[in-house]
Amino acid sequence: MLAKRIIPCLDVKNGRVVKGVHFRNLRDAGDPVQNAAFYSREGADELVFLDITATIENRETVVDMVKKTAAEVFIPFTVGGGIRGIKDIEVLLKSGADKVSINTAAVKNPDLIKQASEKFGSQCIVSAIDARKSGKNKWEVYINGGNTPAGIDAVKWAEKVEKLGAGEILLTSMDRDGTKDGYDLQLTRAVSEAVKIPVITSGGAGNLKHLYEGIAKGKADAVLAASIFHYRTYTIRQAKEYLRKKGIPVRI
Amino acid sequence: MNYGAGNLYSISLALEKLGAKVKVTDSPAVVKSAGAVVLPGVGAFDEAITNLLRLNLLPAIKKSIEDGRPFLGICLGMQLLFYKSEEGKRNGLGIIKGRVRRFRGAEKIPHMGWNRVRCEKEIPLWKGLPHFCWMYFAHSFYPQPEEESIIAGITDYNTVFASMIWKDNIFGTQFHPEKSGKDGLLFLKNFVKLCRR
Repeated sequence: MLAKRIIPCLDVKNGRVVKGVHFRNLRDAGDPVQNAAFYSREGADELVFLDITATIENRETVVDMVKKTAAEVFIPFTVGGGIRGIKDIEVLLKSGADKVSINTAAVKNPDLIKQASEKFGSQCIVSAIDARKSGKNKWEVYINGGNTPAGIDAVKWAEKVEKLGAGEILLTSMDRDGTKDGYDLQLTRAVSEAVKIPVITSGGAGNLKHLYEGIAKGKADAVLAASIFHYRTYTIRQAKEYLRKKGIPVRI
Repeated sequence: MNYGAGNLYSISLALEKLGAKVKVTDSPAVVKSAGAVVLPGVGAFDEAITNLLRLNLLPAIKKSIEDGRPFLGICLGMQLLFYKSEEGKRNGLGIIKGRVRRFRGAEKIPHMGWNRVRCEKEIPLWKGLPHFCWMYFAHSFYPQPEEESIIAGITDYNTVFASMIWKDNIFGTQFHPEKSGKDGLLFLKNFVKLCRR
């Protein structure tokens, strides 16, 4: 049986791991490669790096980080942030990233997902969706690091990226991100039930029960968390033991 | 082997870390002279076959296998050994009898993440690994060999499928050992050891 995945997320700015609330008030949380190696040893199933600097000048720093990580960490990892086109994707994959996550560029040009999945395979194209509640059972997609409403419905967009060839969805609730109040379970469930590709839920994990709820109630295939792991509130092992006791299949 | 598909960087780094001398190549001459061949691969079946033909790599691969040198096909690199795939229209290498099928009925496709492989056979590559080991998968198609005797590992994802095949000097995995953490590295270490013999 396929295990539910636990994925620590590393927000990276200028080559350092940082953590903030609602993408703001950033605190330093260490070196990305060291963090990645640590999580891999602890039993993380996968890793996500999100480059939140995402400037053109910064691309080299990111590529360098990807190369160093690939040489030390032998579990899958995804890199996102600042990807503008096919060329950026190719550089990251060739440097050792297993997957890339695309948000703003895909909203502006949905064809990018189609082209990228045809060229590199669906399994390495992750559609990152940042969503904010806009009404009862309605969520709107945000782009540019959560700053700009895109005017599209998150569930409809999820269905569209699946058709275009995305292999996975990384779904972040902007309302919950950094709050430790738990994932937006309604949003997670709405998206998970709308698509056949795996959904990673993100934004709001503050304790182990939240991880369980994301999977059991939100129907997510994977749960992403940052601060509870960065600040060593819980180890990956503790999280997995907890989920296993609750009957969730995990890799231990 | 580099034929324009897949993440070559990870597998070559993993093999190098384990002490193998690795050459990433698209040259038939290099393939012919190599002690062992690894065919990695993610991407589409037809495109991969087209590239292998364009680069004139098929005779070199066949020769290496016929000569009894160890061969490891990973994911698409394993699927290419079969006659046909439901993913594409082109013929595969036809070295292994059988077809590559599309997952049907599973809740989520692709089959993406960690799943257990049950070792079906005592083979050198399983040495030191638990009878059920966790490996990383990312695929929508799976191999269905005609000869059941070549199935060396099985995995359950709605369908029970052959996640590892073994025939003489040919090893094929549907999972990605280079992305499967400790167990994956041990598996590859066993392959490197076997190549040294």
